[in-house]
Amino acid sequence: MNKELLDQWLARLFDRDRRATAKLISWVEDDVEREYIMRAVLKQTGQQMVVGITGPPGAGKSSLVEALTKLYRGKDERVGIVAVDPSSPYSGGAILGDRIRMQAHGTDRDVFIRSMGTRGHLGGVTRSTSDVLRILEGGGYGRLLLETVGVGQSELEIMQIADTVVVVLNPGTGDGIQAIKAGIMEVADVFVINKSDLPGSERMKNDIEMMLNLNCDGKAWRPPVVLTSVIDQNGLETLREKIEAHQLYMLESGQRDERRKERLRQEVWRHWKDRLQVTFENVWQVAQEKWGDLENGDSYELAGELWRRVLREDKWHE
Amino acid sequence: MSNNFLSWKANYDAKKERKGPFFTVSSVPIDPLYAPGHTAEIDYERDLGNPGEYPYTRGVRSNMYRGRLWTMRMFAGFATAKESNERYKFLLSQGQTGLSVAFDMPTIMGYDSDHPRAYGEVGRVGVAIDSLQDMETLFRDISLDKVSTSMTINAPASIIWSMYVVAAEKQGISANKLTGTIQNDILKEYIAQKSWIFPPDPSMRLITDIFKFSKEHVPKWNTISISGYHIREAGATALQELAFTLADGFAYVEAGVKAGLDVDDFAPRLSFFFNSHTDFFEEIAKYRAARRIWARHMKEKYGAKKEESLLMRFHTQTAGCSLTGPQPENNIVRTAYQAMAAVLGGTQSLHTNSMDEVLALPSEKAAQIALRTQQVLAYETGVVNTIDPLAGSYFMETLTNQMEEGAEEYFQKIDELGGVLGAIRENFFQQEIADAAYRYQKEIETNERIIVGINDFVNEGKDKIDLLKIDPEVELSQITRLKDLKQSRDNIRVQTTLSDLKEAAQGTDNLIPKIMDAVRAYATEGEMVAVLKEVFGEYREQAVF
Amino acid sequence: MNKTRIRVLVGKPGLDGHDRGAKVIARALRDAGMEVIYSGLHQTPEQLVEAAIQEDVDLIGVSVLSGAHMTIFPRIKELLKEQNAEDILLMGGGTIPEEDIVTLVEAGHAEALFTPGATTTEIVSWIRDRLEASKEVSV
Ligand code: B12
Ligand SMILES: Nc1nc2c(ncn2[C@@H]2O[C@H](COP(=O)(O)OP(=O)(O)OP(=O)(O)O)[C@@H](O)[C@H]2O)c(=O)[nH]1
Ligand SMILES: [Mg+2]
Repeated sequence: MNKELLDQWLARLFDRDRRATAKLISWVEDDVEREYIMRAVLKQTGQQMVVGITGPPGAGKSSLVEALTKLYRGKDERVGIVAVDPSSPYSGGAILGDRIRMQAHGTDRDVFIRSMGTRGHLGGVTRSTSDVLRILEGGGYGRLLLETVGVGQSELEIMQIADTVVVVLNPGTGDGIQAIKAGIMEVADVFVINKSDLPGSERMKNDIEMMLNLNCDGKAWRPPVVLTSVIDQNGLETLREKIEAHQLYMLESGQRDERRKERLRQEVWRHWKDRLQVTFENVWQVAQEKWGDLENGDSYELAGELWRRVLREDKWHE
Repeated sequence: MSNNFLSWKANYDAKKERKGPFFTVSSVPIDPLYAPGHTAEIDYERDLGNPGEYPYTRGVRSNMYRGRLWTMRMFAGFATAKESNERYKFLLSQGQTGLSVAFDMPTIMGYDSDHPRAYGEVGRVGVAIDSLQDMETLFRDISLDKVSTSMTINAPASIIWSMYVVAAEKQGISANKLTGTIQNDILKEYIAQKSWIFPPDPSMRLITDIFKFSKEHVPKWNTISISGYHIREAGATALQELAFTLADGFAYVEAGVKAGLDVDDFAPRLSFFFNSHTDFFEEIAKYRAARRIWARHMKEKYGAKKEESLLMRFHTQTAGCSLTGPQPENNIVRTAYQAMAAVLGGTQSLHTNSMDEVLALPSEKAAQIALRTQQVLAYETGVVNTIDPLAGSYFMETLTNQMEEGAEEYFQKIDELGGVLGAIRENFFQQEIADAAYRYQKEIETNERIIVGINDFVNEGKDKIDLLKIDPEVELSQITRLKDLKQSRDNIRVQTTLSDLKEAAQGTDNLIPKIMDAVRAYATEGEMVAVLKEVFGEYREQAVF
Repeated sequence: MNKTRIRVLVGKPGLDGHDRGAKVIARALRDAGMEVIYSGLHQTPEQLVEAAIQEDVDLIGVSVLSGAHMTIFPRIKELLKEQNAEDILLMGGGTIPEEDIVTLVEAGHAEALFTPGATTTEIVSWIRDRLEASKEVSV
């Protein structure tokens, strides 16, 4: 793409133009001039903290994002939201359903909601999620919220993106035990027991507190456990306060910078992986040409032989 | 299976079978032959009973159509009250025996015609009713003690029904003489029709308030029409329609009992509304099973004593979603078969769709042909001469049993999800329906299912028929009338009645008398709904695919 | 420019509750590899256009069975213009009489309108072809 044009779009982004924000997000997501765009964006962003909201499917993540957004809007903060849903492994397509749950802010121009499909990426977010959040920051959205795919497993990349991780669970579902098994306990900065209008939430709170007694001994931050109900509008302000408190803690304790350093390292590693991925694909292309008369043998045997043939040529990394 | 059957089967299997498919509209596979071995022994008394006798499989009246034909009730309504009034008078003059009112989207959703959300929608798909004034016009020169009126209204049913009762009052007709039906079935709104306003709990309260009020004051009124029609049209199979509708019915029974009513005080006023799709036998089996299941549950589970409480009386509408845009005249044929299935299934009243169903609201001509279809059925075909003529057919009784068994399985699942409201919350019905709708679409696109004129036997070029058009001026004139009304009425009285309504909504008193007071003061539907929204809040769905 | 994924907003404007068709379409587009954002029911044109912009969809597909198409399509188009977002294509389907289709399409209020009986296969290929044709001009 024409760099001059791209610079114009970037200028419009920093002017808080919503179209430019949206388009740049698409390009980064589609890997079109991603590096160029992000280098410009990252120069001007990175100040704002990201609140990540994760938890099992249907726990109420989107509903909470909507509710929090309402509170932030009450304080006149501009809110940028990224909501991730799984892409179909068969077609690659997706129905991105979180937005419907955040309808209250549908026409508020100080709220920007972007739905993303995982496009094959595991870990509850997408390959470009953190970049997209920075673009939102560039577009003038100071309050950054990230809703992950409904996950239960331990592969939680949200850690590498969010400064505050909010784990949402529901009472009476066995979520608590699942969460413990899945290693979610370790990533949570704030626990939310949403749907506390349903029975069993006090008990669940006790279970989690007990776990925390074991785990958080001597740690500087003990994750608070907040009961919320989006239906009854309970506990939402408390949740907002706890998030605030965690962010303050992160800043004051220097944890935030620690996490950022770690994150930078991870991001570099990810960029490497991306590059290596391309390289791998090139190798595979070359390998296809070398396939030749290979047909007898099991897959291990063939893989070995093909590998030797490719290495012999040694031209692939040009 | 008897040897005799097995040898036939061997013979059959030895022959070539045409490519099929041999499944129903609901994708249920059908055997080439049904014989005694297919069902367990049928116990006539236990499983069928004579017409008008428990478990009512054969019909709810002992004489059925030899006593009285079904009510031919054509759903109609468009533009303004004045224009719809003329259509009703036309239909009555053509031999129609009951009225059925279609409302426009703003009325259905609780907005007045001058609300910004009503823009472009006033009078488009039904008649616009803002206040008592419109209701009076709608029935001008139609004596409300002479007709029975069905009104397709749900979320704001309490308000629209109140307008009807007060309009009758103005004609000098007392409420206890009124006959008719309000749809008033909010559960299927969340499940299928999607015209909700308030969340489930306050919605259920409005419904039980209607049950109570009607019992005292409008005893001949059918206070609810528990509707499978919409569930089916949203994509459900015949079995799902049956099971989900009956589950809704039981949920209303439970709500009534919970609200302090005796089952026999309101169950006789519950009525049902089913679809009639093109698969002839499947549909008939559905109606027969429905009557039997209802009677059994009402008697055995809910302890109803009155016979009237056990009777499933239902209206039927032929399947709109089965009709095609191309070659619209073919729809007359489809509708005729569907109508016959409904009649062989023992329906109490019937709407037949017009051939232009896919294209627009029915034109007068198309509506007339649809009505004539019923008349030919009633007066020429002879299917009305004997009651439940398909009883005892191996095929019919097998299908009927399968329907009942399948429905019981669904009831169990629904129970496990915490009843109908729980299942709605879990999107159970919505997901089942979306899956069935998508499967149906795919079957057509892969030519597994043939629809004449759509994926086979296609004519080149467009077929032209004359369509009903709604003049966009209708919206303006309706808004002008509403403005005039708001100026000429006693606005202080309006405000008082509205704040009384609000106060009552915050408490637990029956809301109907308060709504009627506001109606008498010419408060508008939108004003009343707005007040109730302040107290009740609004429902929002979580869409599933 | 090479867009890897087609993004579509399937919208239900107005008071219309008929969602069977919109859901079938949404699901078919997903199965054809597109990213679909479903607006939910009862949306205003303003809500649809704002969502389309934020989600940067290639196309808004609107489903109208309530007879309100003659006001809804022009209004959405007008809002897209106001937002300088006319490159987002507008199309749809539902209960729309033939002569209204001609009027809407000729006036540029919609790119294409599909009526009952249209197959999802033909809708998917229309979208692919149309976006292929407009790709070059999109940046
Ligand atoms: C099913 C149906 C219902 C169901 C809806 C269930 C649901 N959740 O969807 C029920 C029974 C609840 C219902 C109710 C009503 N209905 Co209705 N209904 C129909 C019916 C029979 C079929 C619609 C359908 O779903 N077809 C199957 C789907 C797959 O097809 P489709 O939606 O048309 O979609 C296809 C194309 O149109 C196109 N398409 C549609 N959307 C989109 C979007 C995109 C992006 C694209 C590319 C293509 C596309 O592609 C699809 C595939 O072919 C039609 C008549 C008919 N046969 O078309 C009447 C019809 C639409 N209903 C009508 C009316 C009046 C009503 C009511 C208002 C009646 C009333 N006054 O109470 C109510 C109100 C409903 C509401 N809440 O809005 C009228 C509308 C008249 C008009 N517009 O001029 C119709 C035309 C019937 C008639 N002739 O009177 N209805
Ligand atoms: N009873 C109750 N239900 C709630 C509450 N919060 C959300 N819900 C309901 O839970 C369902 C799921 O809510 P969402 O906000 O979509 O949940 P989610 O975690 O974002 O779901 P996914 O993104 O699909 O994983 C919806 O039907 C909500 O209405 C609550 O506090 N109480
Ligand atoms: Mg969500």
